Amino acid sequence: MSEPILEASNLSKNFNGFHAVNNVSLRIEQGTIHALIGANGAGKTTCFNLLSKFLAPSSGRIRLKGRDITRFRPDRVARLGLVRSFQLSAVFASLTALENVGLALQRRRGESFDFWRSTRKLDDNRARAEELLDAVGLADDHHTLAAELPYGRKRALELATTLGKDPEVMLLDEPTAGMATEDVGHITRLIREVARGRTVVMVEHNLGVVSELCDRITVLARGEILVEGDYDTVARDERVIESYIGGGGHA
Amino acid sequence: MQTALRLVAVLALAALLAVPLFPQIVYPVFVMQTLCFMLFACAFNLLLGHTGILSFGHAAFLGSGAYITGYCAKFLALPAELSILAGTLTGAALGAVFGALAIRRSGIYLAMITLAMSQLVYFFYLQAPFTGAEDGMQQIPRGTLFGLLDLHNDVTLYYVVFATIAGGLWVVWRTVNSPFGAVLRAIREHEPRAISLGYPVARYKVVVFTLSAGLSGLAGSMKAIIFQLAALNDVHWHTSGDVVLMTLLGGMNTVFGPAAGALLVSALTRYLDPFGAWVTVVIGVVFMACVLVFREGIVGKLQHVLRRRPREKRQAVDREGMVRTSE
Ligand SMILES: Nc1ncnc2c1ncn2[C@@H]1O[C@H](COP(=O)(O)OP(=O)(O)O)[C@@H](O)[C@H]1O
Ligand SMILES: [Mg+2]
Repeated sequence: MSEPILEASNLSKNFNGFHAVNNVSLRIEQGTIHALIGANGAGKTTCFNLLSKFLAPSSGRIRLKGRDITRFRPDRVARLGLVRSFQLSAVFASLTALENVGLALQRRRGESFDFWRSTRKLDDNRARAEELLDAVGLADDHHTLAAELPYGRKRALELATTLGKDPEVMLLDEPTAGMATEDVGHITRLIREVARGRTVVMVEHNLGVVSELCDRITVLARGEILVEGDYDTVARDERVIESYIGGGGHA
Repeated sequence: MQTALRLVAVLALAALLAVPLFPQIVYPVFVMQTLCFMLFACAFNLLLGHTGILSFGHAAFLGSGAYITGYCAKFLALPAELSILAGTLTGAALGAVFGALAIRRSGIYLAMITLAMSQLVYFFYLQAPFTGAEDGMQQIPRGTLFGLLDLHNDVTLYYVVFATIAGGLWVVWRTVNSPFGAVLRAIREHEPRAISLGYPVARYKVVVFTLSAGLSGLAGSMKAIIFQLAALNDVHWHTSGDVVLMTLLGGMNTVFGPAAGALLVSALTRYLDPFGAWVTVVIGVVFMACVLVFREGIVGKLQHVLRRRPREKRQAVDREGMVRTSE
């Protein structure tokens, strides 16, 4: 088996003695879509925070593309090609859709610390930004302020922004949560499209979406891995069925 | 609509340039002082309005600019341009230190840290042997600029101050409208998202702190040359509070709004001077009125009113459902 693009070994995080994530090991293979599911409070978002280094693990190691990133800062992890989204849509509210995506396109050299240059320096990125917005269905919203977009479109904008970084690995935290059914279909199609040539790890409550998109599924319960496998394996597992029913049936 | 604002700006510029010709109408020293506060407020707003950082210690930078410029001109007999440069750089260096220490926190904690550090700076100038303590550092020589321009000439001084402040304001404007400024806005709007896009946010904050403090130092340096005095007032926390007030009054979501706020506070302070302690009360009332009537500040409100029409039309188009897929 080839080396996984993202690997966590015995990852744990405790908040003042509370084990939010306990001894979790994950192997994310390159080019796959991997789902992280589990009841609310199972530790999925905390896992994402650890993998993207927004939180420092209490113990365990993380490797990205063969490189130990356990002690890296989150911005550095992002520059290495792992970009995360947030559970609550994260857009730059008072900026336009174009400006939002533009921020993902600014290069490090010559385009970011230069306070003496004009923003005209960034015009070269504009065509690409428009392309990304069109691709997620925001063709008519280039100049709309992110704050004025309806929720579903905000998520689409967030996705376009993430894609602007051209990430090798994307962590998507509940990309369809709080959406109307037709928007869920739209986002699902989008994710499948943009996942080509990339690796995606997503937290998703909608099992329909999971079965449609994901190659592999890890089920978390109380901070620990309950089961891992493809959809059929996981769906048939009695502990999963039990925990989902026992856990209030939240899927 | 934008033309209306532009017209006002051009008229204001013409009026400012004409000030030394009519000293009997408006006192040039007052105008110069106001110009310094305008730069101070706009520089401060690089942090508050454009990055979302509330510093409550900006007097330290203004005051250091004044004291160091005074020290260089008076005790080291350096020419004006070097004294001003030294004051500006001291402000910037101090800003880098403040920034590096303060940005580990955010919000009110960050404000408290900057306040604490600026109090240390205050006590330094209170105790240091060269500052004249409560009397201030007096009789700072104005000298000549580049060995050419004699700053003892009031008209020359005025235009030099005008050009310097204009230059400082240009730097503020350029910064806001630069690739760097775009990243600052991202940090202000959603810091974790900016990090997740790969921006080393801490470094950006230190740089903008340094820039803001350097320009504040420049404002202080010019003030010392104008008044030939550097006084504890300039490093006092009251001044740190005043600049917050000016910025909020003028509008923190604009580039030059804080300058309008500075003008308003400066004018109120000056023309209400005969009423003594009532000045504070009046400014307080004006401030409350502004906050209640237009939260985005005077200039912010103005821009809003001038722009409202086209946006309302656009929104009507935007308010449709989401899915317009590319099928
Ligand atoms: N910063 C934190 N401090 C303390 N407890 C936290 C923190 N973040 C998450 N938790 C706790 O860890 C558990 C897992 O949370 P989370 O990872 O958000 O769950 P999920 O995303 O699976 O719903 C929850 O019980 C939550 O209260
Ligand atoms: Mg979560």
